[in-house]
Amino acid sequence: MSLTGTAVALLQVVLTVGAAPLLIGIMRLIRARLEGRVGPPILQPWRDLRKLLGKQRMVSDNTGWVFSVAPLVLLASAALVAGIVPFLSTQSALDQVGDLFAVVYLLLLGTVFLSLAGLDTGTAFGGMGASRSMTITAIAEPTVLVAIFALSVSTGSSNLGAIVATTLAHPATAASPESLLAFAALAVVTIAETGRIPVDNPNTHLELTMIHEAMVLEYSGPDLALIELAAHLRLVVFLGLLSNLFIPWGIATTARPLELLAAAAAVAVKILALASVIAVVEVFTAKVRLFRVPELLAASFVLAFLAVTASFFLA
Amino acid sequence: MSETTFVQLLDLAAGLVLVISFASLWLRRLVTVTRMIAIQGVALAAVAAVIGFYEHESELVAVAVLVCVLRAYVLPALIRRAVLAGSEHREVESIINVPASLLAASALTLVAYAATRDVVALSSAPQVRAIPLGVSVVLIGMLMIVTRRKAVLQMMGVLMIDNGIALVMFLGTSGVPLVIELGVASDVLLAVFILQVLTNRIRNKFGDTDLDQLRALRD
Repeated sequence: MSLTGTAVALLQVVLTVGAAPLLIGIMRLIRARLEGRVGPPILQPWRDLRKLLGKQRMVSDNTGWVFSVAPLVLLASAALVAGIVPFLSTQSALDQVGDLFAVVYLLLLGTVFLSLAGLDTGTAFGGMGASRSMTITAIAEPTVLVAIFALSVSTGSSNLGAIVATTLAHPATAASPESLLAFAALAVVTIAETGRIPVDNPNTHLELTMIHEAMVLEYSGPDLALIELAAHLRLVVFLGLLSNLFIPWGIATTARPLELLAAAAAVAVKILALASVIAVVEVFTAKVRLFRVPELLAASFVLAFLAVTASFFLA
Repeated sequence: MSETTFVQLLDLAAGLVLVISFASLWLRRLVTVTRMIAIQGVALAAVAAVIGFYEHESELVAVAVLVCVLRAYVLPALIRRAVLAGSEHREVESIINVPASLLAASALTLVAYAATRDVVALSSAPQVRAIPLGVSVVLIGMLMIVTRRKAVLQMMGVLMIDNGIALVMFLGTSGVPLVIELGVASDVLLAVFILQVLTNRIRNKFGDTDLDQLRALRD
């Protein structure tokens, strides 16, 4: 493991953790402006986190160890993925483990722990949120695997860095049917996994519709801060994965500081563009009924499936 | 047009035809499904146009224009009128639910790939490699006819089958004489006319176009 590689991985983690709440702030601001409100300042999510971190830790007597561990596992897995995914450079120290399966199951680990924590408290809402979250994850997770698998067929490797390098070397493959289909499938899954409209509403506290909020209802203080930060981080990780797998231009192939700086600017622009699209679309769409969510996810699975067949038979 | 751009554009257009047939299984509003059939017509015309431009065959480009007018405008407009005439139920009613029909359609796509393996092995041309897409559109059209209850949706299924056949025709022959395409076009137009009249008769008789009511004989 080279020193520069380690530095790149650490830099990725620090930058994404620092930028994640800002991105949420920007998305909230865009939504507010489009709805005709002034909106909170961009730094507001950071201020919320600071406020929560300064509070006393309150844990119910009826909870077990899962409840205390879950926020840490959620944040740690998201931060680890932020170090693995090639955001800045394909020369990351964690590139050897930068495998598609490792990334997907690390993200799944956090989701599962959060659901277990929701069940652990024994409240009705926690259990309801956990069961809903698992229903969505059970359909969304295979879609992620199949969609990235479609990309790895042409590369011959399931290593994320290798996939990105291949797309860089052959720019024409970025507009092939299989990558477009896989992009559409992954975009739907990103929305489902990060709990955005139309699958879940991140701003609601209306009991009957919430998924993510229902699971974290019993958390307060520093624990809630960790969970919020992890949720923000997961959004950045998913959007970064989406943008760099399909539009990898701008990523550094070495670990020189100047190139890394340019790559950071490029990935920031890409993530910001995707996030703005999501924010704008959210203003104009309504949340779908929970029973319609499997239809949406089945459609994205079919897109991923078509991507795989196309990459096997057409290419 | 270079070789790689041609392959890229052809694959995109042919892939769009297939994706649209999945979308029309997924959507619930009848008017939106009609719009999907129109977009499928545009994608089909794009396939013909791409092949025509690449091989410098002006006749095929003319066929593409004809296909675009007929399948993207005239036929969808006729079906749209039939949909709007029956204003009572505007939602798709299906025998199997949406995820099941999507999964069935993906299974049919695999069947199409498996069934056309020998055809694809005949040539390494990019047109021939895309033939399974046309066959799967035909199969998905049949699925639509089998599982949907409305007469209007069955009309759309017939159109989808025809779009699939036309796609296989463009890909397999690389250039159809204008006369043949004109014949096929008038055929399809006539069929849709007859189906529309039939749908209107069914609606006048029963007040609905739900074909389940036509199963049993009554005095």
